[in-house]
Amino acid sequence: MSAQKNRLATGGRIDRSRPVRFTFDGKAYYGYQGDSLASALLANGVTLVGRSFKYHRPRGIVSAGAEEPNALIEVGTGNRREPNTRAPQIELYDGLTTASQNRWPSLDFDLGAVNSCLSRFFPSGFYYKTFKWPKDGWLFYEKFIRRMAGLGTGSTEADPDRYDKVYGHCDVMVVGGGPAGIAAALAAGRAGARVVLVDEQSELGGSLLSERDRSIDGKPAMDWVAAAEAELAAMPEVKVLTRTTAFAYLDANMLSCVERITDHIGPNASGPRQRLWRIRAREVILATGSIERPLVYSDNDRPGCMLASAGRTYVNRYGTAPGQRVVILTNNDTAYQTALDFAAAGVSVAAVVDLRANPQGALVQATRDKGIEVIANSAITHVKGAKQVKEVDVMSLSADGKSVTGGVRHIYCDTVLSSGGWQPTVHLHSQTRAKVVWNEELHAFVPGPVMPGQNNVSVGAAKGVFGLADCLAEGHEAGAEAARRFGFTNAAGSAAGAEAEPAAEPLRPMWIVPSDKPVGQGGKHFVDYQNDVTAADVMLAHREGYLSVEHLKRYTTMGMATDQGKTSNVNALAIMAGLRGMNIPEVGTTTFRPPYTPVTFGVFAGPDKGDFLDPIRKTPIHQWHADHGAAFECVGQWHRAWYYPKAGESMHDAVNREVKATRDSVGIVDASTLGKIDIQGPDAAWFLNMVYTNAWTKLEPGKCRYGFMCGEDGMVFDDGVTSRIAENHFHMTTTTGGAARVLSWLEEWHQCEWPDRKVYFTSVTEQWAVFALNGPNSRKVLEKVVSGIDLSEEAFPFMSWRDCEVAGVKARIFRISFTGALSFEVNVPPSYALHVWRALMSAGEEFNITPYGTEALHVLRAEKGFVIVGQETDGTMTPQDLGFEWIIGKAKPDFIGRRSHLRSDTARPDRKHLVGLLTENPQEVLPEGAQIVEHVKDKPPMTMIGHVTSSYWSPNANRSIAMAVIKNGRNRMGQTVYLPYDGKVVAARIAKTDFLQDGAAANA
Amino acid sequence: MKQNYSIFTLVRNALNYHQDWQEAWRSPAPKPEYDVIVIGGGGHGLATAYYLAKEHGITNVAVLEKGWLGGGNTGRNTTIVRSNYLWDESAHLYEHSLKLFEGLTQDLNYNVMFSQRGLMNLAHTQHDMQALRRRVYAIQLNGIDSEILTPEQIKEMVPILDCSATARYPIMGASLQRRGGVARHDAVAWGFARKADERGVDILQNTEVTGFRIENGVVKGVETTRGPIGAKKVGIVVAGHSGVLAGMAGFRLPVESHPLQALVSEPIKPILNTVVMSPQVHVYVSQSDKGELVLGAGIDAYTSYAQVGSPFIIENQLNALTDLFPCFGRLRMLRQWGGIVDTCPDASPIIGKTPVENLFINCGWGTGGFKATPGSGNVFAHTIARGEPHPLAVPFALDRFTSGYLIDEHGAAGVAH
Amino acid sequence: MLLISCPYCGPRDEHEFSYGHEAHIARPTLEQQQTMSDAEWADYLFMRKNPKGVHFERWVHSRGCRQWFNVARHTVTHEIIKVYPMGEPAPNLEQK
Repeated sequence: MSAQKNRLATGGRIDRSRPVRFTFDGKAYYGYQGDSLASALLANGVTLVGRSFKYHRPRGIVSAGAEEPNALIEVGTGNRREPNTRAPQIELYDGLTTASQNRWPSLDFDLGAVNSCLSRFFPSGFYYKTFKWPKDGWLFYEKFIRRMAGLGTGSTEADPDRYDKVYGHCDVMVVGGGPAGIAAALAAGRAGARVVLVDEQSELGGSLLSERDRSIDGKPAMDWVAAAEAELAAMPEVKVLTRTTAFAYLDANMLSCVERITDHIGPNASGPRQRLWRIRAREVILATGSIERPLVYSDNDRPGCMLASAGRTYVNRYGTAPGQRVVILTNNDTAYQTALDFAAAGVSVAAVVDLRANPQGALVQATRDKGIEVIANSAITHVKGAKQVKEVDVMSLSADGKSVTGGVRHIYCDTVLSSGGWQPTVHLHSQTRAKVVWNEELHAFVPGPVMPGQNNVSVGAAKGVFGLADCLAEGHEAGAEAARRFGFTNAAGSAAGAEAEPAAEPLRPMWIVPSDKPVGQGGKHFVDYQNDVTAADVMLAHREGYLSVEHLKRYTTMGMATDQGKTSNVNALAIMAGLRGMNIPEVGTTTFRPPYTPVTFGVFAGPDKGDFLDPIRKTPIHQWHADHGAAFECVGQWHRAWYYPKAGESMHDAVNREVKATRDSVGIVDASTLGKIDIQGPDAAWFLNMVYTNAWTKLEPGKCRYGFMCGEDGMVFDDGVTSRIAENHFHMTTTTGGAARVLSWLEEWHQCEWPDRKVYFTSVTEQWAVFALNGPNSRKVLEKVVSGIDLSEEAFPFMSWRDCEVAGVKARIFRISFTGALSFEVNVPPSYALHVWRALMSAGEEFNITPYGTEALHVLRAEKGFVIVGQETDGTMTPQDLGFEWIIGKAKPDFIGRRSHLRSDTARPDRKHLVGLLTENPQEVLPEGAQIVEHVKDKPPMTMIGHVTSSYWSPNANRSIAMAVIKNGRNRMGQTVYLPYDGKVVAARIAKTDFLQDGAAANA
Repeated sequence: MKQNYSIFTLVRNALNYHQDWQEAWRSPAPKPEYDVIVIGGGGHGLATAYYLAKEHGITNVAVLEKGWLGGGNTGRNTTIVRSNYLWDESAHLYEHSLKLFEGLTQDLNYNVMFSQRGLMNLAHTQHDMQALRRRVYAIQLNGIDSEILTPEQIKEMVPILDCSATARYPIMGASLQRRGGVARHDAVAWGFARKADERGVDILQNTEVTGFRIENGVVKGVETTRGPIGAKKVGIVVAGHSGVLAGMAGFRLPVESHPLQALVSEPIKPILNTVVMSPQVHVYVSQSDKGELVLGAGIDAYTSYAQVGSPFIIENQLNALTDLFPCFGRLRMLRQWGGIVDTCPDASPIIGKTPVENLFINCGWGTGGFKATPGSGNVFAHTIARGEPHPLAVPFALDRFTSGYLIDEHGAAGVAH
Repeated sequence: MLLISCPYCGPRDEHEFSYGHEAHIARPTLEQQQTMSDAEWADYLFMRKNPKGVHFERWVHSRGCRQWFNVARHTVTHEIIKVYPMGEPAPNLEQK
């Protein structure tokens, strides 16, 4: 095992008995179970871990949590490669493979770093000012810019992992498993409320995980956490989800959370990788803690520059020193705790540089007592060392803190820790669209009033309350109060106690730490590390008038990186406020948009991919079609038999055979997908009168009628045949795709407009399998298997229906036709469908009965000019446009859409009309969608007068046939028009839509 | 004149640590009266002001913006630019805009990064293919570039697309507009603002209109949070709030405001070089120059002014995305947001006169406004300046809802944007 | 995600429902249709209040009981102020 040179001899929550092997950039290292990738890399002395986005500056680990801007890592390889993963949040497991990114050829030697040398020419927004020549040059420049940009590399292979989705409901949801959150969950849980506690880390404890010697209720803090965890686990109504990030606060108290189930185990784990939780809570307690702000000092991005709190986490939680010799820069007291903890762990602290004139707080004193030098009223003016901090320069601050004076002190070190104060994690609060307000004491934004309907309360550090005892008390009270409000009355117990922290002195806000050179002319003062935005860039944005926070963000890209500005937003805002001479809240706040941390696309999709993307609907005899070689097409959610190719047949051959056989003898089609609605009630006929354009009251029971439905805008909405079963009972059919839409339409009009009408609608699409026999021999086939009725023309005329038995199964037969040929539509219960279909097939054997698919169905109906709603229509066609003037009930007082037909444009006689189209060359089959012109020009533009809606080869007409909608088409019969497409021009004559003048008539 | 932006001025300024750059636009105090007030400092409003000044010589113009310029849908869209519309009226209007986009960087002396990398519309069913052919043939005859791709050609252009026949909705073909692409949305607003300002237009940010001064049916000015401002003519270009402003002026619109959500992934190295849209499975995606995948889909069904939508819209969109691009499953959503779009019953905009004299309106762009920015501003400026609609704007007048002459792009777009 | 209290089924997630747009738009009677102008008909067909504030709107529990009902909802906060049956007039919320 290689030595972990920065690993401390003792301490931390790592399991030193379980070494874990991992690789970074191809090199093998060891860490311990419980390490993060960041802590393990630090333990091994690896401080250079990445390159910045724009300048490709060498970068190290900055934080110990979700706010990490620099240490973005590619995890895994091949189809599991995952770019841009934050090193502090990657849990170490055996075999973990990781790599740095955004560098070429290597992390140590990155050619992209030339950008850094030229950085003077690449200020914010430089690309808006350049790359403008020549006029179409941008695509050329863009190639290079795109290659330089981006961070990690995405996999081009399909993600092999599974994801899960689940809904949760609770009384009290607690976000954050630190002291305040645990206290809240305990109180609410004890009272009897249903509680969900989520925390993004691998174990509960929050800030306590990084503490050295705090105690709660007189015992070590983590013992208290363990006891609380055990108590919560024993409560049946409480659920604790660790490794779970609440990333979005949605309307009506719903939180989206992502649970990382196997990411810490690796690709060999079983089960889903991650799970999406949608949790609806009656009350949400936000105990999300706070994030430390770095100071904006010169060269503050050198590898080895880190947040003071992060340094402390590495020492206390992971038993790892971030380096061998540390300088701390601070404007507040909290960084002194880091100094003390480092001293306790035996890590050398060279000095604490304090921006404050004369810090005298208790922790400062304690630090001095440990023999650590405190350099007050001073600043770090330079950090030296390109790939690793080597030395810092320290100078005294001038009286106003805007510049530095005096001599330079060089201090040797390999790590610089900074603390610029703390910003409560107000993201979720803000996502509810509630405001945040600036707190002058904390110099931070704290949650403002909550939004109505979004019942939440922020507690602890998330609210700007930092004392441990206060956090415990606040959390407890919030949990108990929520439970009480919802009527849970068991004893919530009392709040846990902790000793008070030493009194702290106020921080000194200093949003840019001065250097010996003007900002922007010496070293770089980074504000947003990942996107390489410096204080000078903020000044440039100000100079150029990009003053509002949003302009600043967009112009400089500040806060737009994968960390979404967790460590940079407030600093940038404050610098802008200084430049504008305004208070920070006057400048505005940024909008916190979800997600809190980036969330895997796959987990949003969950299992709803592939065949589960959209339900697949199949008819009851789907398997028969498949067994007989059918090709299928998607029609809405349905899979329908398209055609049945025999060996050696092309689609064209098969369709011709099916069409011909049907016209000549008999064909059979599975029409079960047709929408079917059962309509009953005394007002059923009245209702049909309103929704169809034609009249229904006089239709006799036993008869069928074809009708159009229009929207209130007068445009055709659906069509179909409806039959009167009894006086107050109808059977409606709709288009396959329109079935659900029509049912909703009927229900909407009934419930909203005519609720007093007694009429009831039931979808029966799935209750009837429908087989249509078509062709001159269809009666002969049916006769062999039907019983109970006389099929003769006289006894069972066209446009009527009869109940009977087919092959021993109760059936209902409709004499309606979508081919113009003699036709019987046999409806049977779906469970008998296959039996009946087979019976019809055997009965038809002697007549060469031919199953046909949707393509032949289309050809057969087009041969007789029957329209398909959705093909001949597109929401802009009236029944009149389609040539169905006769179907408008002139005598009928009212129907949906009637008044719209009278509007000036809708009533025009020269609208687009549906007509037939015969190509001059009968062999030429037009493409559907081909556009029609009256006069051909050499080149576009040409004035179009319509388009082809349907077009086929008709084996029965022995030529191509087409339907089209053409401006004033019915008054242009016989006129020749032209169709320019695919580089040619086809001439065609406008004709009637019945292409089989001699064909079999419907009622033959 | 504004400082010129070029590689030379950039280098020159670099030598002086960029101390000498001028402000891109002024922050003037409002004058008591303007010849024209444009309400709305989004892309369309700023473009309107720019073209009023540039093409019609009307420079005594104010743009009133209640927040920060470009802060509405201009800064919230998925930056797609195309002109592949079915109906002649739409095709001509959007093509006018696309042509202006093609010279916009030079015209504005501001790189709007118009990347004509091609835009692909996928078809997944026979029905899709019919509609796609109809559209492509119409676009071609309107003199606009469009072509049909086979699945093999699609696979070659976008190898990471799942073109397998076993997909739930297999890809059967696509239309391609090579001149389509994406542009840098903020830059469009800023570029127009800078040049409008140069020509004397006052851009008044943080100035909210609270009412209209209308005398005898003629608009005379507006009430604002910074006091009353007089105007000879007023144009309303306030996507997301058109109904609110129309209400203040006393007329109604056939408009509903809806949330439209979009999202980006974390930035990655180039992986997708074309804009891919699938109306059937409801998603559209492109990769920004920064490396983020930029995704959009349909609107939320309910009316809202909240810039917030429902999560299942996002989930459906990512279902579709990871189904089309199985390798995107491990990428992560970085940021998600919403805008407010004003939708018309026929999914086409309204440009023209209002019942109030000298008050004009430009609204109802639905999800498709960004691509129209220069064209919309251009024809609206003409309409305001002349008091008569620009020929391209004539079909988009408000009275089409009375006559029934709608320009119904619903069927054509499937999912509009 | 909105939480909508279906009057028949209780509170359910928004995705169980379909939106029905503005409520209380009365369909012109036959007599009105015969005398009204195209512009008045267009007003019924297309013109909408689209308020920034409380909106009276229709919803249907389309993936549940399939019943229509009215909702008063704030279009900025998304707060649902009242759910009331189809046919009932819009509540006067000012007096509350």
